[in-house]
Amino acid sequence: MKNIVISAKDIEVQFRVRDNYLTAIRNVSLDLYEGETFAIVGESGSGKSVFTKTFTGMLESNGKITNGSVMYHGQDLTKLTKEKDWAGIRGVKIATIFQDPMTSLNPIRTIGSQITEVIEKHQKLSKADAKKQAIEIMERVGITNAAERFDNYPFQYSGGMRQRIVIAIALSCHPEILICDEPTTALDVTIQAQIIKLIKDLQKELGFTTIYITHDLGVVANVADRVGVMYGGQIIEYGTVEEIFYDPKHPYTWALLSALPQLGVKGEDLYYITGTPPSLYNKIKGDAFAPRNPHALKIDFEQEPPFFRVSDTHYAKTWLLDPRAPKLEKPEAIQNLHEKITRMTSKGGAFHVGHD
Amino acid sequence: MSDMTNREVLLSLRNVEISFDNGGKEKFKAVQDANFDIYKGETFALVGESGSGKTTIGRAIMRINPLSNGEITFEGNRISGKLSKQEDMNVIRNIQMIFQDPAASLNERATIEYIISEGLYNFHLYENEEDRIAKVDKALEEVGLLPEHKSRYPHEFSGGQRQRVGIARALIMEPKLIVADEPISALDVSIRAQVLNLMNKLKAEKSLTYLFIAHDLSVVRFIADRVAVIHLGRIVEIAETEELFAHPLHPYTISLLSAVPMPDPIIEKQREPIVYTETVAEKTGPDYEMREIRPGHYVYCTPEQGIEYYNTSMNQ
Repeated sequence: MKNIVISAKDIEVQFRVRDNYLTAIRNVSLDLYEGETFAIVGESGSGKSVFTKTFTGMLESNGKITNGSVMYHGQDLTKLTKEKDWAGIRGVKIATIFQDPMTSLNPIRTIGSQITEVIEKHQKLSKADAKKQAIEIMERVGITNAAERFDNYPFQYSGGMRQRIVIAIALSCHPEILICDEPTTALDVTIQAQIIKLIKDLQKELGFTTIYITHDLGVVANVADRVGVMYGGQIIEYGTVEEIFYDPKHPYTWALLSALPQLGVKGEDLYYITGTPPSLYNKIKGDAFAPRNPHALKIDFEQEPPFFRVSDTHYAKTWLLDPRAPKLEKPEAIQNLHEKITRMTSKGGAFHVGHD
Repeated sequence: MSDMTNREVLLSLRNVEISFDNGGKEKFKAVQDANFDIYKGETFALVGESGSGKTTIGRAIMRINPLSNGEITFEGNRISGKLSKQEDMNVIRNIQMIFQDPAASLNERATIEYIISEGLYNFHLYENEEDRIAKVDKALEEVGLLPEHKSRYPHEFSGGQRQRVGIARALIMEPKLIVADEPISALDVSIRAQVLNLMNKLKAEKSLTYLFIAHDLSVVRFIADRVAVIHLGRIVEIAETEELFAHPLHPYTISLLSAVPMPDPIIEKQREPIVYTETVAEKTGPDYEMREIRPGHYVYCTPEQGIEYYNTSMNQ
């Protein structure tokens, strides 16, 4: 087994909203292994961003870690309270790329100055050396004519190029962990494919560990070694990417996969989930997905399911895996998924792009 | 798909050019020489990336962006340029729009009842209060909402429900054409499926016609009957959906198709995005025009490229 880089245990996060408390994360544990890409997938409000913000102390001011620990190099990150405690960690050892590159960059400063600032500050280099390194890293992330474009402002860059700069800044301190929070959601599809490839190539070269937060299962299939599916503030299933796609166990994972338009059959209804996600202001009883789950058992409404082991790497939090539960097949849309997608992407299929 | 020749054209774009003043000497041409027909009862998708001009075309049909050249006709009547008040009202009634972000496109200080009734008020499309409320209730029911939702405000709804309100607001006008500009892009995966299914159901029930503006080919494959691919203001390929996916010919279409992420790790990890870098300037000239390469399948190309594309399509 590979080394664990960071280990979150029993994390609970609460937000104070007016006079109410909202429990955004409900006892989530996760070990990340060195060099892997772990994808966290879920819908808005599932807690995927909030959870990873506990790794960098970036929770909004009304949010608080009310339980659990995040162990990183022998230090519990949840105990860090002062900004200066985070100085050597946030942005240096654990860097984050956000969704919208325009809001991550300062619009009234040149691209070059925003990269060199980080290099000068953390690596204590001279101005000239920092500039040299900045241009190198700009070239590395695929900016052509980097030396000329060094003095441009963000508005002179396209969205894809801006995101490349954000990646350049994030990687300029050689972080150990890179958190990518929906890094391609604001970008065009063809640009998305290029940015994903860039992150993967850089990871191969530099060996950092990636946490990839996304709502798009297609992207997950591309980037992830392992996947965690979040719902209602919990990871409800995790496993290797192959286990999650080819042998999913939780009805919510089934539903997420089945609702993909790629799997839709024209003229038929697309699979969809009824109802809405649970309110996190109230205490959730049982399985949070139960009210929307057509396969829900009586116990799902009464008692929270534990994680059941599927394999050494695959666990799912659903009573369906209890030996006493009725045996259920996953929905038709996602049975023989690999055969289906193989047909779609090979000659004569809808998503065949033809190299042969 | 039925025989194309027998179908009735609802909306037609001829040589449409839309340009914007960007302060310089040359105006910026957001859309150049766009030509297409939308047939009654079909879902016609316009696919492209940001800046391609797809929304600009949608807005031109809604009479928000004026044309700098060309003409748009609706049921045979010109709807671009100057119109009489009566004609203008007619267009507004018959062509309705659904927007991308349901949170931003609904008046947050108005109740659902007012939001949905607004078109009725403006056009006096109701006999009395009772009739108006009955119409609102019916519109709500059609999109799967309940009469008691009338008194609520947009913030009390989830994203998918808000998009349903947006659809109900369009439906109540009994339009013939709905321009749906990225109606599911801002929604979560599970909600997307609901809205797509609803749009399909309403199309069948009310024989609606849609112009579906999107950036995502996987959604288009599911919902559209015909597709136009637009790149940097130029339509580069038009075909029926099955035909387009079976025989994508323009390199930009192929690039878009290669970028659709497939939910299968073994396959997705092997797929390489095909990058398309040519600019319009490199892909335009006197020899370039929309050529019919296969029946009903048009590609923007030169005669030589046309032959090449035809040969490619025989091997696809």
